[in-house]
Amino acid sequence: MHNEHHMQTALSASLWLALPFLAALLLYAWAAFHSSRRYSSWPLFRTLLWIGGILCSLAAVIGPLAEKAHMNFIAHMAGHLLLGMLAPLFMVLAAPITLILRTLPVEQARRVSRLLQSRLLRFAIDPITAFVLNIGGLWLLYTTSLYAHMQENVLIHMFVHFHVFLAGYVFFSSILCIDPAPHRRSFHFRAAVLILALAGHSILSKFLYAHPPAGVSSAQAEMGSMLMYYGGDAVDLILVILFCAQWFHAARPRKSASSKTVQL
Amino acid sequence: MAVQSKEDRRSSHFPRRNLWSGFLFGIGFVAFFDEAVFHQLLHWHHFYDKSTTSAGLVSDGFFHAFSWFATVGGLFLFADLRRRKGLLLKKWIGGVLLGAGIFQLYDGTVQHKLMRLHQIRYVENVWIYDLVWNTTAVLIMVIGAALAFRTKKGGRNAQ
Repeated sequence: MHNEHHMQTALSASLWLALPFLAALLLYAWAAFHSSRRYSSWPLFRTLLWIGGILCSLAAVIGPLAEKAHMNFIAHMAGHLLLGMLAPLFMVLAAPITLILRTLPVEQARRVSRLLQSRLLRFAIDPITAFVLNIGGLWLLYTTSLYAHMQENVLIHMFVHFHVFLAGYVFFSSILCIDPAPHRRSFHFRAAVLILALAGHSILSKFLYAHPPAGVSSAQAEMGSMLMYYGGDAVDLILVILFCAQWFHAARPRKSASSKTVQL
Repeated sequence: MAVQSKEDRRSSHFPRRNLWSGFLFGIGFVAFFDEAVFHQLLHWHHFYDKSTTSAGLVSDGFFHAFSWFATVGGLFLFADLRRRKGLLLKKWIGGVLLGAGIFQLYDGTVQHKLMRLHQIRYVENVWIYDLVWNTTAVLIMVIGAALAFRTKKGGRNAQ
């Protein structure tokens, strides 16, 4: 009886977690279609990246992997890699802010870009803030009792999952700068933060190998932490290549001062 | 980095940039080699050996992150030198060996011994492995330094 009740709350939590992603999928598709008819057509690869990102997120929050993640640390870590790294990477590459700005009427688009320039948002999307929220959040989750609480309490569960996704998204977007961002940091600065984040991630995964979170067996912690380490490396390799390719494009020798925009 | 282009065009910077590009790639390459051969293929190194100090864990994390970035970054710098026709191959290879040697020596002395971040292999007489490891590191370093700092003249001609 108790178990059944638990299953039901878990299922509704999954649904609540999945809904924003489904809404984001529909909105993006609508905006891509709509603005393609009014202006030039919105690149198909960006739409595909957005769909890919949404599918990665959904796989982490609803369905068999999400269910298994309640009991199994390895499944949890696979979901974490999907929700916190792969999905944000794909979705940043899909340039949603650019799409919003070209879909909205001029007046409203101006309001959005003013919002992006506000001091609060500028602080929130700075690479350093994003790094602290992202890596700091992970340290809190796995080295305190938060991980055990997350498995018990539905609200904490939902909060942690949204946080993992959002922190990942803000971090990747602050490093790659695909969408227009006011006061973009220099390549050197972003490279330093990227290395810092990579280091924080790999130190934490080795730490978890020897210090499992409460309620996780050491065998699962060992497998899970190695998945975190090597999976993180794989996604970070893509991030580093994209980042360096942006530098390579921006630093190209130019005869005339032509366009400065970075396109990827 | 993006706004340096005026400075970049001055070819006097090329020798130093060749050295840096090679150096970064060398660090990255040796770290990658270490991971692929000693961790994955031979299984000599352990992912985490419980006698590691916390300083060892932090040092390993930073070197891992830096070398992962440096492998890719060094190659992009290499491509940049090529498109600017400023590549000095000997100097670059010298840089690679220098970076590889210095990193291997640091790994073999400070990380393995001082911080006890895993051993080369879990056998008796590990000192033989340590000796071979560190001697190789010094040799690579010396060859790298010789290549990197003897090519000034040849480099100028090659441009």
